[in-house]
Amino acid sequence: MADTLLFLTELMGMRVFDLKGRRIGRVRDAGLLPRVDKVRIDQFLVGGEWNWWSIRHDQVGSISLDGISLRDEQLVPYHDDVWMLRMVRDLLDQQIIDAKGRKVVRVNDVTFELRRANAHDELRVLEVDVGMRSIFRRLCQGIVPPRAVRRVMAGIPPNSIRWEFCSIIEPDPQRRLRLKIDMKALESIHPADLADIVEELSHEDREAVFESLDSEVAADTLSEVDDTKTQASILESLDADRAADIVEEMSPDEAADVLAEMEESSSEAILGEMEAQEKTDVEELLEFDEDSAGGLMNSEYIAVPDTATVADAIRIIRENEEQADSLTTVFLVDGVGHLTAALPVGRLFLVDPTALVKPLAGEDQVVAVPVTERRRRIEEQVDKYNLMTLPVVDEAGVLVGVITADDVISMLRQD
Amino acid sequence: MRLAERLPRPLLIFFTVIGPGFITAMVDNDAGGIYTYSQAGARFGYMLLWTLPPIALLLVITQEMNARMGAVTGKGLSDLIREEFGLRPTFALMTLLVVANVTNVMANFAGVASALELFHVSKYVSVPIAAAAVWLLVVKGTYHSVEKIFLAACVTYIAYIVAAVLISPDWEASALASVRPVIRWDPLYLTLVVGLVGTSVAPWMQFYLQAAVVEKGITVKDYAESRIEVIVGCIVMVVVAFFIIVACAAAIWEQGPRDIASAADAAQALRPFGEYAYLLFCAGLLNASLFAASILPLSTAYSVCEGLGFESGVNKRFREAPVFYWLYTGLIVIGAAMVLIPGFPLVRMILFSQVVNGVLLPVVLVFMLRLVNNSNLMHEWTNPRFYNVVTWIAVFTLIAMTVVLVGTSVRGMFVAAPA
Repeated sequence: MADTLLFLTELMGMRVFDLKGRRIGRVRDAGLLPRVDKVRIDQFLVGGEWNWWSIRHDQVGSISLDGISLRDEQLVPYHDDVWMLRMVRDLLDQQIIDAKGRKVVRVNDVTFELRRANAHDELRVLEVDVGMRSIFRRLCQGIVPPRAVRRVMAGIPPNSIRWEFCSIIEPDPQRRLRLKIDMKALESIHPADLADIVEELSHEDREAVFESLDSEVAADTLSEVDDTKTQASILESLDADRAADIVEEMSPDEAADVLAEMEESSSEAILGEMEAQEKTDVEELLEFDEDSAGGLMNSEYIAVPDTATVADAIRIIRENEEQADSLTTVFLVDGVGHLTAALPVGRLFLVDPTALVKPLAGEDQVVAVPVTERRRRIEEQVDKYNLMTLPVVDEAGVLVGVITADDVISMLRQD
Repeated sequence: MRLAERLPRPLLIFFTVIGPGFITAMVDNDAGGIYTYSQAGARFGYMLLWTLPPIALLLVITQEMNARMGAVTGKGLSDLIREEFGLRPTFALMTLLVVANVTNVMANFAGVASALELFHVSKYVSVPIAAAAVWLLVVKGTYHSVEKIFLAACVTYIAYIVAAVLISPDWEASALASVRPVIRWDPLYLTLVVGLVGTSVAPWMQFYLQAAVVEKGITVKDYAESRIEVIVGCIVMVVVAFFIIVACAAAIWEQGPRDIASAADAAQALRPFGEYAYLLFCAGLLNASLFAASILPLSTAYSVCEGLGFESGVNKRFREAPVFYWLYTGLIVIGAAMVLIPGFPLVRMILFSQVVNGVLLPVVLVFMLRLVNNSNLMHEWTNPRFYNVVTWIAVFTLIAMTVVLVGTSVRGMFVAAPA
């Protein structure tokens, strides 16, 4: 480790010397300008007798545990810079998201890499420290000399997160832009894990995350949030048009569930901002009672005319490619939309594309429930007939939606 | 939810109304509470009743502040302290909190021991079993189903109200005493005052309530209902405290002022129930002690891990959250072990634990005041001036009393020791 690493705890309070070796003051903070360089410390803030000075990184000569020596004495008084991310003020003791570990952590300390460039020393942010080792270092700061701390510390295992995996949470949208905070790192996390992370954050921080996430990712994450009440309060905290963007990306039944949970004025506002097609899909579902088949179903199903061939069926599936991941059953309907049969999708592979779908479905009568069916009976039907997808029909027998096994599992877990 | 669907409607409404404020208030009357109020009544009769209105006011104000902070920021108290004040102050406060809470956990196991001693069950049997039961209950995740039972059993407190009425105490004297402050420079009296404050406005409760509000997802919008629920909880708690003091005053003090030395003494307050008195008292004390013993160590472990940034949660494996589990288990084990020391003065230590609460309280209050008045944090929800005035008065009074207490105890040590 030697002298190539420096900790923020050691940097704080470090003495700063001018060209003649006189002490100017102590380091109070260090700032990063993310728009200029994502890792290099751009300025050191030094506390003098009466005020703070700002030292540019290229004015620094050498940095060591004994102090910082300058090579240029023309210092500028410090003025708050909204483009700067300050280590002590903005990062230390705050919560950030660890995109690799998929959790929320609190910053205890920051590790810098000490580098020589053009005859002056630079600090580059390397890792954020959490855990025992950094707590110990923080507690000893100012009391025990740094070198002694380092010796003792060597015995405790480190617990750090690399800077590139750290996502800073900033509620103010303008500042987010200025600090170039984006959620790219978060978007690679599985939505279910991201939902867990979001559940741990405060209201403000949640809002910040949902405002910056990509709409599709935001929608997936929102659906994975456990409690509908939480989902509703997250949407309510966003602007109506942003909320609408997210709701449009959600599946209509989930969207209907969340909107039903919100206050009418808020849900009306969001519906107002939605695209026509998605809006109608959701509104149709909102009409049904929550606990009935109508309220539990979603409209993502594949319906194929019962006179079609396998090739036709495959073409229809291709036209609805977003359903490919969860498709288990293809439903056959007659000329006016009445449900006539259910065809497990695997059977489409057994015959020639020119074959008709109707014989493939077999003789068994199709199992379906009316839109008014209650939850308990739905669970029974799915279990009894070992269904992955249960079709829902209206009074006339027209197919209007489906309930999938994973929805049934969620229902059962809530009991 | 099947159970919920089968409950009669009024009971269902009752359970939905129960929120963080109410639960906190009920848990507040733990073993420490019961004994402190009993001691106050038994030893000083109606003399200490005047402390109840100011305590009620302080309780309502602090609970409301915590609930408000939780609703507005969506963060727990330790989180806020860490973010605003940094690691060292948080670490110092957490250390003090753990020390205070160990004594409180100890008090509750002592409560279990003394309750069962009434039925000649040795503390070496009752305490380890209780400790193991509580630990399993929480770690196996079955706490939530049992919480409702604990809460329902709190109805035994009504016994105190009935008993107080049956004994027909001097209602006029008690009413007068409730409004007439009496200061005696007797160390025992002052200790009890600090203990009364400490047991009613316990520091661990502040952390617990805010965390419960955050977990329930209460936001500024639904905060108004929460506030009512918090206030109702506080009032119920103080009413129960009042009747415990009055019942003990009438049943014990009137016969001759005495210290409470055991559960048998305290059970005297329920004398009007005849042979059921002991049973009722034991049931109430046992329920209160187990309830608090389930919540207190857990809440402490959460608060500390939250403040210092360690993983926490009973749904996590030991490997994933080692600090949390060690802390939680340690609190229970040490608390229980302390009770098992031979010759351990059960009741005296229970009273002592509440005094520790009272001493730590001003520290927590100062942190809370700085946070709740920070407009960056609380936006337009900072404290009204009245709140600040009352709380600062409380802080200074408590600190002053602690200083006097320590002074008189130290002086007592020197005077008592032979030259």
